[in-house]
Parts: sequence; structure tokens; C-alpha cells
Amino acid sequence: MEMTLSGILLLVVSAVFIDNFIFSKFLGCCPFLGVSKNPSTAFGMGCAVIFVMTLSSAVTYCVYTFVLVPFELEYLKTIAFILIIAALVQMIEFFLKSKVPALYESLGIYLPLITTNCAVLGAALLNIQNGYDFITSVIFGCASGVGFTMAILIFAGVRARMQFSNPPPSFKGTPIALITAGLIAMAFMGFSGMSIG
Amino acid sequence: MKKESGFLAQFKDGIITNNPVFVQLLGTCPSLATTTNATNALGMGLSVVLVLMCSNFFISLLRKYIPSQIRIASYIVIISGFVSALELLIKAYLPSLSNSLGLFIPLIVVNCIILARAEAFASKNKVLPSVIDGLSMGLGFTFALVILGSIREIIGAGTVFGIQVFGSWYEPAVLFIMPPGAFITLGIVIALVQKLQARRKKYVEEQEYEKRRLEREAGIWK
Repeated sequence: MEMTLSGILLLVVSAVFIDNFIFSKFLGCCPFLGVSKNPSTAFGMGCAVIFVMTLSSAVTYCVYTFVLVPFELEYLKTIAFILIIAALVQMIEFFLKSKVPALYESLGIYLPLITTNCAVLGAALLNIQNGYDFITSVIFGCASGVGFTMAILIFAGVRARMQFSNPPPSFKGTPIALITAGLIAMAFMGFSGMSIG
Repeated sequence: MKKESGFLAQFKDGIITNNPVFVQLLGTCPSLATTTNATNALGMGLSVVLVLMCSNFFISLLRKYIPSQIRIASYIVIISGFVSALELLIKAYLPSLSNSLGLFIPLIVVNCIILARAEAFASKNKVLPSVIDGLSMGLGFTFALVILGSIREIIGAGTVFGIQVFGSWYEPAVLFIMPPGAFITLGIVIALVQKLQARRKKYVEEQEYEKRRLEREAGIWK
């Protein structure tokens, strides 16, 4: 991809809106349904995801290009990436705990959950699959994280309102949440007709 | 004899009573993403069965040697080893499935069902029950996926496993094979399951009540 300003803008807009990780790619649905009961925890989770996704995109790109490709070990990328992500999350946890305790307090509980968030591994694999270079990978990782955060925040807002509604008993809880997510996804389909540039 | 009924109970538990998708709500990502049609759903389900059986087998075999502090990391390494092998196999022998499932084959690594079964079952049980557990949970997952895939394919394309169900008069509701349809179908199916569970619970309670009432009356007549 051309590294012009419009190229970057296109990448960001498509990662956040058009190909939103949750509503069109279905990556990261577990935390999306699990941690979206109220907006503030959703925001905490979202920030942690943006942070880890940006960092892991950078690190996995470097490891793939400078370690796996020269040694012709591309087929090990799934194992390598998941280990990198797990180690990275652990390191971030230690670092925040000792250096920025305030941030650790607010993000701490979400960090371990991120290891098994398919959005993070998905972004790392997509970077390689789409053949992005280093800067594009980092931007894509960050923008996808922003898209995830936006989706989870919108959903948490709707869910907070939904607590006052009274659905039929069998629809209480997850089913009505899923149907709401379906309606939001329908709204997001509106972006797919958008063309930029 | 007792052993067999134990395995049967495990199967029933995995496929119906504790279905990983409909009841435990695990593995939502693949069950939303790969159910655009019944064939993809079946492919994904069977891939998970294979990985789950292999990983449960090995984790159960090594359960005494894995230190508990780093067990999750060890599980992930074992699981991702099998997933990578499966990914290469599917790419080699079923290229069309590999194309349609795409990213979701490597993402089996972070499928919560596999890690959950490793942690909750394989790390505490012997090898054979663990493999059976993997098989039954995997089949439960496959069952759920095929149901979702079939519903979406029937409504969204008018076919099941690529076979035409309706005549040419049927105008498919394409929405159902698009992302919103995935969320809505899963939501409605889970609502149905909750309804059945509630009815079952009520039925069991009524039976209990009736039994106790009969016992009480019998007691009086004595």
C-alpha cells in the first residue's frame, strides 16, 4: 500500500468502520459479549486492547520478517505469534504494576483476558496475510483496536439502557444482547458501501 | 457396564445439556463467523473436534509434568502445535475449505472451548475420559455450528449443504448470510434453548412436587 496520507487515512477508516473487527470480521466476540455490561469497564478493556494490539502488531511483524522468514519457518507463525502475545501481555502487566500503578489498577484485570482475545492474534495474522509493511502494520493494529473499542463502547451504552427494558423471559440476558448486536451490525453495514479516494 | 454409561453421560453432557455454544456460550467468534453455510460450519466443527481430542489427549498425558504456574502457556503451546499441523493439512488436502475458513483455522488456538476443556477437564482426568470429553464437546460444538449454518443457509440462500430446498419462487433473505444475520440467528437459537431449559426445569420441579405429594398421601393412609 502506498504510504501517503490518504493511504493511511483509508486504512484507518476501513479498519475502524468498514471492516470493523467485531461487526464484520467477528474477531473478539468473547470479550465483546462478556465485558460490555457497563460503559466504564468496556472502555478499560478497549484501551487495554488498543495498547496490546499496537505493540503486538509491531513485535510480531519484526519477528516474522527478521526471524521466521530468514530461517524459512513461516509455518510456525501461529505458535510464534501466540507466544509473543502471551509474553507481551505478561511483560506489560509487570511493567505497569511497578511503574504506572494507577494505570495498572484500571487496566490490570483486563490484561490476562487479552491473551485469548482472538482480535489480537487475528490482527497479527492479517498483517502478514495482507503483506503490510512495518508502519502500515502498526497503524492497522492501532486502528483495529480503536474499532474494537468503539464497537464495545456503543454496545455497552445500549446494554446499559437495556437493563431497564423488559424482554420476554427466554430472551433475557445473552439472546437479546446478541440480537441488539445484530441490529448494530446492520447499521455498520451502511459503511460498507462507502468508497474513499 | 458402568463405564459405558459414564461415557454416554459424557456425550449427552457435551452435545445437549452443556452444549459449548448454546449453553456455555464459549467460542462465539467461530460460531458467528464460519456459519455462513452448513458446509463451512461442518468443516470448522470437525477441525475443532480433531484439535480438541489431540490437545486433551496430550494435556491429560502430561498433566503430572506441567508445573501449575506455567500451565496456561504450556496448554497454548500444545494447542497451537496441533492447530498449525491441521492448518497445513487442510491447506494441502482441502484448499477450498481453507479458502472459505481463512483466518479462523489458525484462530482455533484462541478458541475458548479448547482452553476451557484443557483447564477444566484434561488437566484433572485420565487420558481416556479426556479424549472422550474432547470428542463429545467437539461434537457438541459441531452440532451447534451445523444448526446455525443450516438455518442461515436455508433462509439466506435457500439451500442446505449446497442442495436446493425451495423452488425457484423462493427469494432468499441475503441478510442472514451477512454479519447481522449471524448475531440474530444465534440470539434466537439461544433464546429457544433457554425456553426449553426453563420448561424442563419446571417439568422436573412439578414431578418432584407430585412425587412428594403422593408420598405424603401414602403416609396419611398408612
